[in-house]
Amino acid sequence: MSDNEVAPLETAFGVEHHVTRADAPDRPASEGGPEMVQLLTPEGERVPDPELDAVVDDLSDEALRGLYRDLVLVRRFDAEATALQRQGELGLWASLLGQEAAQVGSGRALRRQDYAFPTYREHGVAWCRGVDPVNLLGMFRGVNHGGWDPNEKNFHLYTIIIGAQTLHATGYAMGVQRDGDVGTGDDRRDTAVIAYFGDGATSQGDVSEALVFAGVNNSPVVFFCQNNQWAISEPNEKQSRAPLWHRARGFGFPGIRVDGNDVLAVYAVSKRALDAARTGQGPTFIEAFTYRMGAHTTSDDPTKYRVSAEVEVWKHRDPIQRYRRWLTTTEKADPEFFDAVDAEADELGASVRERCLAMPDPDGAEMFAHVYADDHPVMAREREWFSEYHASFEEAR
Amino acid sequence: MAATTLAKGITSGLRAAMDKDPKVVLMGEDIGKLGGVFRVTEGLQKDFGEDRVIDTPLAEAGIMGTAIGMALRGYRPVVEIQFDGFVYPAFDHIVSQVAKLRARSLGAVTVPIVIRIPFGGGIGAVEHHSESNESYFAHTAGLRVAVCSNPHDAHWMIQQAVETDDPVVFYEPKRRYWDKGEIGDGPDGALGTARVMREGTDVSLLAYGPMVKTCLQAAQAAEEEGRSVEVVDLRSLAPLDEATVLASVRRTGRAVVVHEASTFLGIGAEISAMVTEQAFYALEAPVLRVGGYNVPYPPSRLEEDFLPDLDRVLDAVDRSLAY
Repeated sequence: MSDNEVAPLETAFGVEHHVTRADAPDRPASEGGPEMVQLLTPEGERVPDPELDAVVDDLSDEALRGLYRDLVLVRRFDAEATALQRQGELGLWASLLGQEAAQVGSGRALRRQDYAFPTYREHGVAWCRGVDPVNLLGMFRGVNHGGWDPNEKNFHLYTIIIGAQTLHATGYAMGVQRDGDVGTGDDRRDTAVIAYFGDGATSQGDVSEALVFAGVNNSPVVFFCQNNQWAISEPNEKQSRAPLWHRARGFGFPGIRVDGNDVLAVYAVSKRALDAARTGQGPTFIEAFTYRMGAHTTSDDPTKYRVSAEVEVWKHRDPIQRYRRWLTTTEKADPEFFDAVDAEADELGASVRERCLAMPDPDGAEMFAHVYADDHPVMAREREWFSEYHASFEEAR
Repeated sequence: MAATTLAKGITSGLRAAMDKDPKVVLMGEDIGKLGGVFRVTEGLQKDFGEDRVIDTPLAEAGIMGTAIGMALRGYRPVVEIQFDGFVYPAFDHIVSQVAKLRARSLGAVTVPIVIRIPFGGGIGAVEHHSESNESYFAHTAGLRVAVCSNPHDAHWMIQQAVETDDPVVFYEPKRRYWDKGEIGDGPDGALGTARVMREGTDVSLLAYGPMVKTCLQAAQAAEEEGRSVEVVDLRSLAPLDEATVLASVRRTGRAVVVHEASTFLGIGAEISAMVTEQAFYALEAPVLRVGGYNVPYPPSRLEEDFLPDLDRVLDAVDRSLAY
């Protein structure tokens, strides 16, 4: 029996409707296939969607322009960070180039009380949460391992161990359930959690275990998989035989594929999934079909494993260009607006650069500072020795 | 108070911790209706409900990973790992996340998780049910490692482990689960401290968990031969209570470390190095180790040959005194 013959899961979310839609576009698998939700074509034409149009219609023109501003500023910040790495100011950078819409669309669908668990590439989500972008540079510059207070903006520290954060997100969501912050009907109380991960992470046992725990607990967590087609050098087909979004069914909750380069579609699908979580309808698996335009990190060389023709194809699907076209043709934004955003992006780049260079190296004794909450005599003795050892050089001068 | 078993000492300790703080939750496999395979959590789900005594899916990485998330939300999870040899799927979350989150966040978040592990051999179990893997965790900065050896400590130390904001790997000597003893009115010292269980003047036996009883029996036997043997229950492997160990060794001049774990890079190796560095001139003999051999834990028909026993401890006492 093919998957299409399986009865759609009964959920208020209703996203499985897209699986069997009669008017599904004739789109090849390499472009996301017929099931992929798309509201804006790469040419910037609006595709009507009876389920999701209302979500988009609820956005004011100002909010729509805000999404564009986010996309551009996040890309500019990312470009500045890449430049800083090339100039030796960062040890490494993991660029999000090409994935701006997936991150901004989902990030802007979050409410203040929601909680996001990122990988190490979610600079766009961090931006939407209000995390100071300079904070994101700390770990790549080597001055800390994260260094922001996760509870300040409900944005957890970057997690480098692939997939581990999906379990942290699920556990956090289990805590939300125990706090009674699900399904109360209070928009400022009901809480969803979102776990970001990539296509490569879906091979990790942790991700499958997270789907198990979230499923059996009906936890308010959205699994947001950015399928950027490449896990460093390994293409998607080396990670999964079946489309990633199909996995959700096996764990008992809905899955959906969305065009990850279409900020409106990502926003709408994410908002629906987050609403379902907040109202007690449990988890959703979202596969955002996108592309990693750059290298895995600045240490990687993608010319060794993928052809430039593929990158050229995806350039045509650029998330910012299509959205700008749509804002222009619908007259939701004028040239002055676009010029102002560009100017703001340049200011952001300059300010990030300046503040990155001004980041102080931490004091050596800092490495002992936050290891334990309570007394630890053995570490205290070592710390004392460290200080005396370094002080001895001062005295010798 | 009537004598109670070590297992029930933990049960009553967990009950007290849950009564005191509604954020304390228990997570693990079969810990609800069954009460855990050793019945340590027996009756707790009935009294505290399924939201606080959580029967989890059978996945240790999943249990530990979700416990981290619960802790980030403000809960204090006490995780039961069913047997020592089943902790390895959770190893990544323990060493990469639990141990490091406080440091990584520059103190902004803590994950006050207690990881309970029934450990050690001597019960005739099948493979993976008799291991002593404490060194892996004692080696990892950011974790505390505590080991109880008797019902009184079991009852009080588990509460101390729940109370600290630091994560604690809490080892329970499974072959002593059914040993009985009195539970006193309060803990003997803070978490992280060792305790002199028997005073002596000739040699110090330094042990923890199941070997404390073995060492006390050895000390009794040695006394009949006119030797005065001191027994120290380390109770905490990370941090080590160096002061108590050093004071004992300075009194006796001789030290023998006893544990079930293999000796190579075991706790005995650390203690030997520490004592040698800090009390070299007090030593009348090298620090000796009595431990498991450096082989995988053998089939249970051989475990009596593998595990340190009273005779091997006394043999080491003799060798120490012969210097």
